[in-house]
Amino acid sequence: MSAIPRLSVRNIRKRFGAHEVLRGISLDAHDGDVISVLGASGSGKSTFLRCINLLETADEGDIVVNGEEIAMKTTPRGRGAASRKQLDRIRSDLGMVFQSFNLWSHLTILENIIEGPVHVQKRPRVDCVAEAEALLEKVGIADRKDYYPAHLSGGQKQRAAIARSLAMKPKVILFDEPTSALDPELVGEVLHVMRDLAAEKMTMLVVTHEMGFARNVSNRVIFMRDGQIDCDGTPQDMFGGKGSPYFQQFIRHMETEHDAA
Amino acid sequence: MDFPFLLSTMKALLAATPTTLGLFSLSIFFGGLLALLIVTMRVSNNIAARTFAKGYIFVFRGSPLLIQMFLVFYGLGQFGVIRHSFVWPALREPFVCAVLSLALCTGGYSAEIFRSGLRAVPPGEVEAARAAGMSGFLLLRRIIAPIAFRHALPAYSTEIVLMVKSTALASLVTVWEITGVAQRLISQTYRTMEVFMCAAALYLVLNFLILQVLALIEHRLNRHNRRPAERKPSVMSAFFGARP
Repeated sequence: MSAIPRLSVRNIRKRFGAHEVLRGISLDAHDGDVISVLGASGSGKSTFLRCINLLETADEGDIVVNGEEIAMKTTPRGRGAASRKQLDRIRSDLGMVFQSFNLWSHLTILENIIEGPVHVQKRPRVDCVAEAEALLEKVGIADRKDYYPAHLSGGQKQRAAIARSLAMKPKVILFDEPTSALDPELVGEVLHVMRDLAAEKMTMLVVTHEMGFARNVSNRVIFMRDGQIDCDGTPQDMFGGKGSPYFQQFIRHMETEHDAA
Repeated sequence: MDFPFLLSTMKALLAATPTTLGLFSLSIFFGGLLALLIVTMRVSNNIAARTFAKGYIFVFRGSPLLIQMFLVFYGLGQFGVIRHSFVWPALREPFVCAVLSLALCTGGYSAEIFRSGLRAVPPGEVEAARAAGMSGFLLLRRIIAPIAFRHALPAYSTEIVLMVKSTALASLVTVWEITGVAQRLISQTYRTMEVFMCAAALYLVLNFLILQVLALIEHRLNRHNRRPAERKPSVMSAFFGARP
C-alpha cells in the first residue's frame, strides 16, 4: 500500500445548522478498491459522498485525488473551492452515479455520454462517439443510443448513467445509492454492470443498501453511524461477526426487512 | 361587398406591413437581449442587481404599455441632456421610440418567462453537469439554457403573439404601421367596418404564420417527450398534428 491513494479523504466535518452530519471522517481508497458504505438513513453516508466532489462543501477537512489536494478557501459566504478550474478538472476525474440517474433529459443517450468528453475534456467528437458506442454495448443498451432518457426503464437509465461517468475515464467512481430508486426486478441488471466494473479493477465508492453487493463484490465495508465511521473492515470480517454491535444489529435489521419483503 | 375598395384597402395595409414587422422583430430582438440581462440580474446573488431587476419587472409589467410609449415619445425630449446628446437624432424618430418602449416592456415580461423556465430545470441534472466538471458559461450553454428554453417556450410564444398585437399602439405615436394606416384610411373614407376588418384579418394572418413557426420549433425541441415511434416528424405533422 505504498502507492498514492486514488482518493484520500481527511477528517471531513459538515454541519447543517445545528445538526452535525459528518463528525470527522477519513478514508483512503487505493487503486481497484471497491468500498461499500453502509449505514441507516440519516447516518450521513450520502452527504459524505457528496462532499468528496464538492456537491456539498465540507466545513472542515481535505479531499486529495491522485495525490492532488483540492485547494479550499473561506470567504464571508462560506467555504468553497479556491480554484474553479482545478475543481472542474478534479471533478471530471471523479465519476458520479446518482440515485435518481440525473441524465440530461434534452439529450439522447448517446449525446448524454459524449457530452462530458466532448465539451469538458475537449476530445475529438468521432473518438468520443466510437467510445460511447462501445460503452453502451458494454452496459447492454447499444440499441437505445438514439432514445431520450424519458423512454428508458430505470435500470436502463442507470446503466446509461454509469456509461456516462465511464466515458470521462474517471479515476474513481462515486455511487450514491445507485439501485435505491429502481424496481426490484431491475436492480440486478445495474448490480451486474457494477460487478463487471469491480472485476476490471475500477476504484469505486458505493453508498448502498445492497447487502449482497457489500458482502460479495466489495473488498472493504464501512459502516457509518451518527456522522462517524463506526467500524470498517473486509466483508469477511464485518459479516463474519467482527463488526461493532451496532453493525450486527444493522445487518440483522436489514435481513429481517429483506425476508419480510 | 365593395371588392375594389377592399382590394385597395388591403393594398394600402400590406404596404404598411413591413413597418409592423419591423417594429415587431426589432422589439422582440432587443427585448429578448434585455430580458436575458434582466433575468441574469433577477437570479443573481447580488442583492442590488436582484432588487433592480424586481423593480424593473414590476414597473414595466405593472403600467400600461401605451403610457410607457407616450412617456418615451413625449417625455424624453423634455430632458435637455437627452435632447443635446448623440442619441437624440434617433430618439426623435417615432419608429425608434416605439421600438424602444416595446422592447423595454417585453424585456420585463420575457425576463419573468425566462425565469420560470430556469426554475423548471431539474436541480439533479445541473448537479450531474457539475459533477462532470462543467461550470459557468459551459454549464449554462450546454445544460441549463437548453432545458430552460424548452420549458419557457410555450409562455414565450404567447408573449411573441402579444407583441405582434402591441405594435398597433405605435400608431398613437405617429408610426404608420398597419393600424395607423387603417385609421388614416377611415378618416378619409369613414368606412370603419371594412377597413378594420381588413386590418384584423392581416394581424390574424401574421400571427397564424408566426404561431406555425413557433409550433414547429416547439415540436422539434420536444422530441425528448415523444415516444420513439412517434418521432421523425415531417414538416407537415407540425402544421396538421400527428397522423392518425
